[in-house]
Amino acid sequence: MTSKDQTPSKDQTPSNDQTPSKNQTPEESAAEVRAADVALDTAGGTLEPSIVPVSSQSGDTGHHEGSTMRRIVMGNGFVSVLAVIVALFLGGLLIASTDKTVAETAGYFFARPTDFLLALWNAMTKSYVALFQGSVFNPRQGLMPLLETMTVATPLICAGLGVALAFRAGLFNIGAQGQIIISATLAAYVGFTWHLPFGLHLLLVIIMGVLGGAAWGAIVGVLKARTGAHEVIVTIMLNYVALFLLDFLLNTAAFRRPGDNSPISPRLDETAAYPVIIPGSRLHLGFLVAVLLTYGVWWMLNRSTIGFEFRAVGANPVAARTAGVKVPRATILVMAFAGALAAFGGVAQVAGTEKVLTGGIAAQIGFDAITVALLGRSTPWGTFFAGLLFGAFRAGAVQMQIQTGTPIDIVLVVQSLIVLFIAAPPLIRSIFRLEPKKKNKTPKAARKAALANAAGGAK
Amino acid sequence: MKNPLRATLKRGSMAGIATAGAAALMLSGCGQAPSAGSGAPTKSDYIGCIVSDSGGFDDQSFNQSSFEGLQKSEKDLGITMKSAESKANSDYETNLNGMISAGCNMTFTVGFLLGDATKAAAEKNPDKHFAIIDYSYTTPVANVKPVVYDTAQAAYLAGYAAASATKTGKVGTFGGIKLPTVTIFMDGFYDGVQAYNKAKGKSVQVVGWDKTSQDGSFTGDFEKQDTGKQITKNLLDQGADIIMPVAGPVGKGAGAALKEAKAAGKDVKLIWVDSDGYLTAPEYKDLMLTSVVKQMGQAVENVVKDDKDGKFSNEAYVGTLANEGVAIAPFHDLDSAISADTKSELDKLKADIVSGKLVVESAASPKK
Repeated sequence: MTSKDQTPSKDQTPSNDQTPSKNQTPEESAAEVRAADVALDTAGGTLEPSIVPVSSQSGDTGHHEGSTMRRIVMGNGFVSVLAVIVALFLGGLLIASTDKTVAETAGYFFARPTDFLLALWNAMTKSYVALFQGSVFNPRQGLMPLLETMTVATPLICAGLGVALAFRAGLFNIGAQGQIIISATLAAYVGFTWHLPFGLHLLLVIIMGVLGGAAWGAIVGVLKARTGAHEVIVTIMLNYVALFLLDFLLNTAAFRRPGDNSPISPRLDETAAYPVIIPGSRLHLGFLVAVLLTYGVWWMLNRSTIGFEFRAVGANPVAARTAGVKVPRATILVMAFAGALAAFGGVAQVAGTEKVLTGGIAAQIGFDAITVALLGRSTPWGTFFAGLLFGAFRAGAVQMQIQTGTPIDIVLVVQSLIVLFIAAPPLIRSIFRLEPKKKNKTPKAARKAALANAAGGAK
Repeated sequence: MKNPLRATLKRGSMAGIATAGAAALMLSGCGQAPSAGSGAPTKSDYIGCIVSDSGGFDDQSFNQSSFEGLQKSEKDLGITMKSAESKANSDYETNLNGMISAGCNMTFTVGFLLGDATKAAAEKNPDKHFAIIDYSYTTPVANVKPVVYDTAQAAYLAGYAAASATKTGKVGTFGGIKLPTVTIFMDGFYDGVQAYNKAKGKSVQVVGWDKTSQDGSFTGDFEKQDTGKQITKNLLDQGADIIMPVAGPVGKGAGAALKEAKAAGKDVKLIWVDSDGYLTAPEYKDLMLTSVVKQMGQAVENVVKDDKDGKFSNEAYVGTLANEGVAIAPFHDLDSAISADTKSELDKLKADIVSGKLVVESAASPKK
């Protein structure tokens, strides 16, 4: 399951791709599939709808959507790719709209329309070429930018895995931000106060950071399991607790540089930092750790008992309990694991790229991680590549800004548009006319039918 | 049944949008095409660059003023300007490297967060010049010029003026985040009030900041105007009638709270910081007693000019009352609230500070 049947791979593409609907054997129609999803979400109407709908979890929900081709086209992975493309296009229009030449040439559109169109095209391509040059390859530096992309992606991947893992267990973990902050704080403290030999020091930095993040996550799990407190609220609040705790600590002598009263910590010892893998770049060992973590999460979800339990709880906690899964235990464990994964992101920040602790250590990583996990459809490798994509955006944006003067905020707009389109697959499908079969049913009507089915679904 | 209708509607609305779009183009697109070959004005090949901290260039505070200063140099001195906004701490290094490969002669960095990154970039590129705003190194770096401000001097005068103008015997202040560049305002303000008490035998109190314990009220960021409004209300409830918010745009929250209080019949006043609030926050100009001004744009322009003329030095530029790097703004509409006696006392104090007879000290004062 997971990434294999989500990514459009060539061997799965049949030759008759012009007529996908002909492959439609009397299996389930889209509406029926959706109805089944809704029914699964609510256990046939007896439960409140889950926050993470079944359709956005990539787990096998026990029914199949038509032919292979159709599954690729209709599958969520393909929608993700289309969402990125549409968002890039709209972002391009936005870039063009802020461009001076475009504005000038629009002023005499009817006198010489070619000027306008050329300027429009130039503005869009120039910015995206710079984005590409800043994130993948440019003639001056070769593949150096790609290494920068991987560096920036490292904490995003780790935190994204944490969010994705919780998604799979049906928990909306907004707390990656707080988990990163706590782990970065602990890791940094060990990094600049203790002076230990190389190897041991880094190991302790990682252990302390990860324990901190895991504990911060586990608090949420315990509160959810023991008292039923909602994880969204608890995680958001713990983000604030972590943030202000860090602000407070940075104003104490223990975390400040001697002789300086700015809230910035001393630099971490060299022995506490992740070694740089490729000299001349910022790419550090943390990236390899992120690759291992991705594999580890994949293994846990697909090959281990505990992973199976997580997914069972995510699909339907009531059914999982009936089947003998200890739901509270799974909730606490999954949040602890999620916190530990996000914590690796925090460690990558302090021990990898920044090497000092400041109030902005977590930037927006914890929140971007939610997008990364959504874009990756909550699969480990999907999250990995989504993290790389976002890393490329961030690394490229810096270059784009310097080369072309395009505001860095444009990249944030593109990222947000991606989320928007991913959250609304019907929108993407209707833009690309991907709703084959039953032409008389618009997406909206289909959803209505699904809801109607679900309402009466407790057969 | 519904579908034909829906389709017509859709088609109809599309046509409508198309018409509207075309109309807009018609209206805006009728200009003349320019003739080819109008050359750009000649520019010097000096490149001045600026890298913001994570606050961005629209922070209505030091990033913005420095950015505007460089923009002004672009116009006045004919230099080329490049800028890079940082969104996260990890961007500093990349932005600085980008600036160096873009061929910048002088790169400005803003704030203590960029201290390490600027130092590293400067040491790697000894032939390039850098200047860092609002931060100075304990051991100077050969090609980095720190640009700092002894704001306490101007805030001292504002504190003295506020103490003379209060009706309730209490004045208030609060900060955004407890940073040296913020608390230096509050220290100076506090000392100014104490100076007034000593000279006149009064006991005007400062709420929101205590210089001895270095503790007071902070909103926690430079963004949430609501928090600023709430804190201002609290300070008013404690009896203060003149408030000095040291929190960038959060000061507007204070303005809003004071406006409400004034509408409710209270006699309240506002002291703005960084720029002359009478001009930059005109919606509160009827409340504006004075402002503690930090001339950041001017300093940036001066540094660029010196460097362009080959007069760069790594000696810190310290904005003081003496070199007019800091100042208090005119009293504008509230001129009558300050008595002529007080005005002459303020002039005397200013002269004493300039001559060095009176030293305003703060834990956050720039290191000489």
